Amino acid sequence: MSPSPEAIATAAVMFVALAAYALFGGADFGGGIWDLLAGGTRRGAAARELIDESITPVWEANHVWLIFVLVLLWTGFPPAFAAIMTALFIPLSLSLLGIFLRGVGFAFRHTAERLRMQQLTGAMFAAASLITPFFLGTVIGAVATGQVPVRPAGNVLAAWTSLTAVLTGALFVAACAYISAVFLVLEARLRGHQELIRYFLLRATGAGVLTGALGAVTFAELSRSAPHVFAGLTGRALPLVAVSIAAGVAVLAMIWLRWFPGLRVTAAIAVAAVVWGWGLAQYPDLLPGSLTLAAGSAPSGALLAELVIAGAAALTVGPAFGLLYWLQQRRLLTHPESDTELRRGAQLAAARAGGQPPTAPAPAAPRITTSLVLAAVAIKAIKDLFSRPRRR
Amino acid sequence: MGLGAQLVASPLPARSQMASSLGFHIILACFGIALPAATLIAEWIGIRRGDAAALLLARRWSKVMAVLVAVGAVSGTVLSYEMGLLWPGLMGRFGATIGIPFTIEGIFFFLEAIFLGVYLYGWRRMSPWAHWWSGVPMAVAGVLGALSVVAANSWMNAPAGFTLSHGRISKVDPLSVYFNAATPYQTPHMVLAAYMVTGYVVAGVYAAGLLRGRRDRYHRLGLAIPFSLAAIATPLQVMMGDIITRFVASNQPVKFAAMEFVARTGREVPEYVGGILLNGRVYFGTAIPALDSILVGFSPRTRVIGWDSVPPDRRPPVPTLIHLSFDVMVGLGFLLLAVAAWQGWWWWLHRRLLLTRWFLVPAALGGVAAVIAMEAGWTVTEVGRQPWIVYHVMLTSSAVTRASGVVVTLTVILILYAVMTVVSIGIPMLMSRRWRAERPADEEAERVPYGPPPPPAMPRAP
Repeated sequence: MSPSPEAIATAAVMFVALAAYALFGGADFGGGIWDLLAGGTRRGAAARELIDESITPVWEANHVWLIFVLVLLWTGFPPAFAAIMTALFIPLSLSLLGIFLRGVGFAFRHTAERLRMQQLTGAMFAAASLITPFFLGTVIGAVATGQVPVRPAGNVLAAWTSLTAVLTGALFVAACAYISAVFLVLEARLRGHQELIRYFLLRATGAGVLTGALGAVTFAELSRSAPHVFAGLTGRALPLVAVSIAAGVAVLAMIWLRWFPGLRVTAAIAVAAVVWGWGLAQYPDLLPGSLTLAAGSAPSGALLAELVIAGAAALTVGPAFGLLYWLQQRRLLTHPESDTELRRGAQLAAARAGGQPPTAPAPAAPRITTSLVLAAVAIKAIKDLFSRPRRR
Repeated sequence: MGLGAQLVASPLPARSQMASSLGFHIILACFGIALPAATLIAEWIGIRRGDAAALLLARRWSKVMAVLVAVGAVSGTVLSYEMGLLWPGLMGRFGATIGIPFTIEGIFFFLEAIFLGVYLYGWRRMSPWAHWWSGVPMAVAGVLGALSVVAANSWMNAPAGFTLSHGRISKVDPLSVYFNAATPYQTPHMVLAAYMVTGYVVAGVYAAGLLRGRRDRYHRLGLAIPFSLAAIATPLQVMMGDIITRFVASNQPVKFAAMEFVARTGREVPEYVGGILLNGRVYFGTAIPALDSILVGFSPRTRVIGWDSVPPDRRPPVPTLIHLSFDVMVGLGFLLLAVAAWQGWWWWLHRRLLLTRWFLVPAALGGVAAVIAMEAGWTVTEVGRQPWIVYHVMLTSSAVTRASGVVVTLTVILILYAVMTVVSIGIPMLMSRRWRAERPADEEAERVPYGPPPPPAMPRAP
């Protein structure tokens, strides 16, 4: 039984979203990794600021790609989703933990006042940037090696702790660092920051070489652990693998020659081609060895609905995303009305000279206000928590 | 191993984890749905009347919104993971149906997040009206996203749009899935709830400020805008609640029986206010004769189905919890209606805000009341549906994961969500402290998730 065209189309859309996540989400994770490796507070300040500026506006939108992959997988291929979620409960939970810590660290670090607090949230953000891609990598490795049964009785520990799975995890981390370093070179160039261009060029080269090496090792290992996928990669998907390798080498050459136009696209091709190559190599299996696309796909009504929604998304989200990127790249201030002026206009106390400590005149606290204990106690507790320097 | 093994085998840890994740996320989701509208109204007033106080409110609310949406995005991701991690039985069989509204929701969230970024970037970059319009998709996408995700929950209460053969879905009708019988009731109920929660919480912040003697235009507007939104939503919500309860009585009679302590099917069923159920008897409750029958069918002779209509293992657990949650929701709804009507009446007579202490104290507490009412409502609908995860189609116990370790993830989730609660209350708190600190440069240089970097001429916040 061959899979229906709508099942193939849905799988294709899912792999587009997956590649987008590998690129944009991967660049985000990579940013966190470079943040982690940037060194001491003072030494790494410039690099950290660049990372921060380039991922802040789009970071969450980037992670919606993962949600799309999840939702497409569960709507389009429910049995595969259920099997993966059961067998790989542990690595998926850990990757979720990473996403959680990252999000909270990110939401928090911009508003944390004290350096210690900023360091803590920064560390949370950076650590999570390692955890999530690694464990997602082990999940992919486990699926590719055919270790996920259709009806798992529970966790399948061996699936994601195999050498292939661990190598895939490491490969994902390296690829994130690589794609992020390339993007950061371009961000630094946009800001005309020569020193940071050099800084990230060096790192892009290092990460690129490491990614290539890990990719080669994983590839060799696949021939042993997942002969079916290996056959696909060297057969049907060979052109894509070749494109990926060629693009990877081209990026290294471009970095060496400092030839920047097209760098972003070439690096993106290197990553996207390998993601699609994996998909093509595994076809027509959803879970190699246990579930095919034809057997595991949803009824066509659901698949068609997903395709229509995906089309609508491309029409609406695409332009909106373009607008956001465009605004992000245009770094001008045209409208002069600042918060300060608004404050003055609203007669909310014009700025005081000298920046005195805020000695708000203690308002005659009405007694009934104190009866708002619920709110007040909570406020107090939280304020205390934040204002007390953290002891270690 | 006895107790431990039992705990692992039962769906209770998974249900607790889902309940705490959902209970947390839903509060943040409310702000994602309704805060854009409040912000846009403030900005509209600000541009239209050249009102600096209104513009400042809009700008600050948009910053708070960014933090809350960022945290909400994380807790939303947790939920979509948990659908699979905790309920693979549900997803493996019904993923194809329930996934459709979720996909649509994902797109609306994506749009909302993108336009939030545009909106935050647009301050001081776009012309005032262009900026205002850039915020409109945010408000629209927020509401449509809510409709979609609640449609998924409605589907669990009124499953439709699929054909089962040999335990597998063989056909899916996406429109019937999305527009199932419960959708027209549940979705407006939740959107109105979101407007109430956001409105009363934000208004409460400024009511507290007014109580502390900050009686400037900034605080009066900060109270008036969100309070009006919530006050308009409240009477609609009370009406909607009445309609929806009658729908539950006909669609899910056993859930309704638990909500109203209807033990035996019959006529002239009394309405219990409060009370707990012990060994089949209601203690501490006030019974109003035949009122329940009147509310269900406008006549004391109306027959109301009791939980004796199904065997004990098909009845929801802890009817006392369901009944009291329902009463709390209804009671708080009416209290909020009273507060809203009071302000509305005063405004109608005097054309100015009622700002006495007697009004401000309940207004300051309105946000807490609205949140509790909403959580109670979700408790009623979710616990009331048990033991079914898909009503009359799939039992919760057959949907739960076979993977061990839910007890561990539950513990981690509880700890992390406690942290998240502190973060999502604490950050706006910190921001408002900074705003009051009278160092405008700090506000200028303030950074939020999604937001632009500070202007280069300004010093960075310490």
